[in-house]
Amino acid sequence: MSDYNDEGSLLRPLRALSFLGRPAVTEPLEPRLAAEGYRGFHLNEHAECVGCSSCQKICDNAAITMVEVPELPNDEAKGIRNLRPAVDYGRCCWCALCVDICPTGSLSLSKEYVHTCTQEEIDSYFMLPNETGMHGTFYGKGWQKTETSDLLDLQRQEMGERPAELRVDNFDEIVDGFTPEQAMAEASRCVQCGMCHDACPTGMDAPEYIRSIYEGDLEQAVRWIYQSNPFSHVCGRVCTHRCEDACSIGVRGTPLAIRWLKRYAMDGVSHQRIQEITQEQRAAESTGHTVAVVGAGPAGLTTAWDLARKGHKVVVYESRQQPGGMPRYGIPEYRLPYEMLDRDIETITAMGVEIRCGEEVGKQVTMEQLQQEYDAVVLAIGLHLGRSTRIPGSDHAHVRSAVELLRQVTEEGTIEVPEEVVVIGGGNVAMDIARTVARLQRQQWGGVKTVVTALEAEENFLADPAEIREAAEEGVTICPSRGPQECVVEAGQLQSLRTWGVCSIFDQQGRFAPHYDEGDEQCHPAGMVIEAIGQMSNADQLLGDMLTERLEWDRGRLQVCENGRTSETWLWAAGDCVNGPDVVHAVADGHRVATSIDEVLRGALKHA
Amino acid sequence: MRAENYQQINHPPSHAFELNFGPNHPGIEGNYALQVQVEGDTVVQARADGGYLHRGFEKLMEQRLWIQNIALVPRICVPDPSPMEVCYSMAVEQIAGIEVPERAQWIRVMQLELSRIAAHLFTFGGHAATTGMYSPMFWGVADRDLILDLFEEFTGGRIYSIYNLPGGVRRELPEGFLQRVTDTLDYIESRLPDYDDLFFKNRVFIKRAKGVGVTEQAMALEYGVTGPNLRAAGLPFDVRRDDPYLVYEQLEFEVPTEEAGDAWARTLVRRSELIESIRIVRQVVAALPDIGGPLRTPIPNPLAWRVPAGESYARVESSKGELAYYVVSDGSEKPWRVHVRGPSSMHAVQVLEELVKGGRIEDVAQTMFSLDACPPEVDR
Repeated sequence: MSDYNDEGSLLRPLRALSFLGRPAVTEPLEPRLAAEGYRGFHLNEHAECVGCSSCQKICDNAAITMVEVPELPNDEAKGIRNLRPAVDYGRCCWCALCVDICPTGSLSLSKEYVHTCTQEEIDSYFMLPNETGMHGTFYGKGWQKTETSDLLDLQRQEMGERPAELRVDNFDEIVDGFTPEQAMAEASRCVQCGMCHDACPTGMDAPEYIRSIYEGDLEQAVRWIYQSNPFSHVCGRVCTHRCEDACSIGVRGTPLAIRWLKRYAMDGVSHQRIQEITQEQRAAESTGHTVAVVGAGPAGLTTAWDLARKGHKVVVYESRQQPGGMPRYGIPEYRLPYEMLDRDIETITAMGVEIRCGEEVGKQVTMEQLQQEYDAVVLAIGLHLGRSTRIPGSDHAHVRSAVELLRQVTEEGTIEVPEEVVVIGGGNVAMDIARTVARLQRQQWGGVKTVVTALEAEENFLADPAEIREAAEEGVTICPSRGPQECVVEAGQLQSLRTWGVCSIFDQQGRFAPHYDEGDEQCHPAGMVIEAIGQMSNADQLLGDMLTERLEWDRGRLQVCENGRTSETWLWAAGDCVNGPDVVHAVADGHRVATSIDEVLRGALKHA
Repeated sequence: MRAENYQQINHPPSHAFELNFGPNHPGIEGNYALQVQVEGDTVVQARADGGYLHRGFEKLMEQRLWIQNIALVPRICVPDPSPMEVCYSMAVEQIAGIEVPERAQWIRVMQLELSRIAAHLFTFGGHAATTGMYSPMFWGVADRDLILDLFEEFTGGRIYSIYNLPGGVRRELPEGFLQRVTDTLDYIESRLPDYDDLFFKNRVFIKRAKGVGVTEQAMALEYGVTGPNLRAAGLPFDVRRDDPYLVYEQLEFEVPTEEAGDAWARTLVRRSELIESIRIVRQVVAALPDIGGPLRTPIPNPLAWRVPAGESYARVESSKGELAYYVVSDGSEKPWRVHVRGPSSMHAVQVLEELVKGGRIEDVAQTMFSLDACPPEVDR
């Protein structure tokens, strides 16, 4: 470093005179365009954003507020809120964590970076970013998502299930359930947006119980679950999981397996402990009011559970030998082991609900008697009568309804099935009966010849895609876009189902009016044809002529007010017989009716 | 004022008085304050006060999710923010047991060294200005801007990169970026002779800086001084070489030292370091095209990520010296405690007070700048 000393000439700075010969360094006056990946003001594709508020949660500076934009769609069932992030640029530090966490990918940062204003317009630093940019001029996207930048795990944990070859000839449950590690990993994916809660018919506190599972506190998870659903073992297995359809992780990835997480929490706490936990909710004192519930399905028992929790005395009348309703008599055991249903019902009866099985209203006891004996009566009789296609030959003895057959399988353990069976229908019931028959065929015939024909194209099937996939794995043949024309009967013997190809199902007004291609005819050989095209209730005998006359009906369904009360002040109705079509809707309905009855009985609400 | 609060001030003799350097003063870095007792032109005593920049970072970090702190830590040192986020990430990675992909490690080294170059250019400018030379200051700031252009391109931000996450870095380098790094480094290197003429070999500067604010090696060690200030006192300690992190072990570079320990020596050490940093970045630029693989080991959902209970101490060599993060996790979603060892906290309080003592008023500012004191590092 000998060169760096104070021996040098004082004139050394004069060497800078050489700069006079060099070109000047100048900066252009035009605004400089930022780099490609610049982190400038936010952009938000409003059409893609679902308002989940993950950006707000990750924001380091609390710069993001979710603001309601009324003109945008707000659809709870689809998991879309009309909330959009507004950014306070007095707080934002442009870290872009909001961009990297955004589940939908709607957020990005732009290359725009200049904003000034007068004191009077100081509010303009609080902005609702949209796709046009801070000042309506699109400067181009800067920092945006890349393939590897996601901070969220968008893929769900695979649920282990028994392979097709092990399940085809028995009714053991198919899924294995999550391991603790899987459950933890799955629960950790949740962003706590609450879309699932909003979409759930009964408003389950899914974010809360997922959180509890993640914290390893399964008892607390059970506590959250029982806030809104006494059929949690059942719903943890066979719920139609509207929550997962709304999950914001599902926009670009696979939604959280909320149903399986509920199953995991319920299975992780002992039956004894669950009963103790639910008893915490029980009212200390009895109100002295009595309520009769007709039908021990999910709707009836939820009503009973709620009312019993609140201190009312509830008696449930069930015409069949066992309680449970459709989950027991309509859902095959490989999807829902009846032992789990029994556990749910035991928890309900432990709350003080009395269930009288084998007491059929309309026979052993009449509605009039119930009206006189009880302060309120709830009708929750479900839909147990199968609809018929009414095509020629459908009155043959071997043309059966799916619900009847499923009920028979539950009651008798098994039934005899012919070698060839055709199912009409593309919903979950059709899949249930087809897969049940397939198992029985394998047991009785050593092979499966079950065909499912449905009007819909396969992508429009009403059944759960997983059900269709599993049915196919088990050997069921799926024939989409087939319209049933005739059950061919020769010499009193059912021979086959004749179908035509479907051109369209609905007319231009959207009414049901199938249009067929008559040239595309097929005959599916069948020793039995099973109709699974919908159900209806059978209430005439139960209610009696007088009451049936007095109540209001619409196309076979009982009409009720928004609280589930019929035109008779003492009678409420819940579940599939008023609106359906699944367990979780029935549970939601049960809560609604119970709340209404409780208010009326306590005199809080006079009937209008 | 109430009468009972009135206190008689015993005015010192007219040649002795108290001088406030800061918190708002052209000769001070940041909102720092030095209360200086002067007799004539000679400083008799000085009291440093860093509290004007207290923003409570360490406490704030306890209230933020693990990755939210990434956006917070660069603010602890504005002129050299990159080591903050890298060091914090390294500490979290240590506790969580996360392996950082090799490519990310090389990119981190490049980021750290570019940041060092920018910081040193800034400091030269500051030091020159305190000796009355303003041209080097403008040059330093203007040339630093070229480095910031690079930062803007590959991290998205000019000053606060916020480019790291525990597990790696957030984005891939843009196309053609390495060539632009080379071009910028070539340019900065070509400027060094000009800097020499104007500043480092300038007799005015040498006369002003030589013998000012001398730290003996023993004193430096006693006070825990690290970095260029320690190396200017003859001790070649550098975390990059003596406790290597990232991929520094695979890189060739010198640890320059000087013997004098004064303001002049400190600046010369930084000048040599700048050249070494350019050398390191060139090695990274040469190596990066052959290093593929991911940029980041994925971490769990940051909204729910719980770093396992444990503690870690991660240290890096920042432009100011040894920067370290001591992080304690109790297994929850937020750090239980984060302690930042800001290198300036070692040399910008007691050491600064000692060094200005006995010197002249006009050397107070120079002493502070020659130490490269970064006040927000002092009081986190």
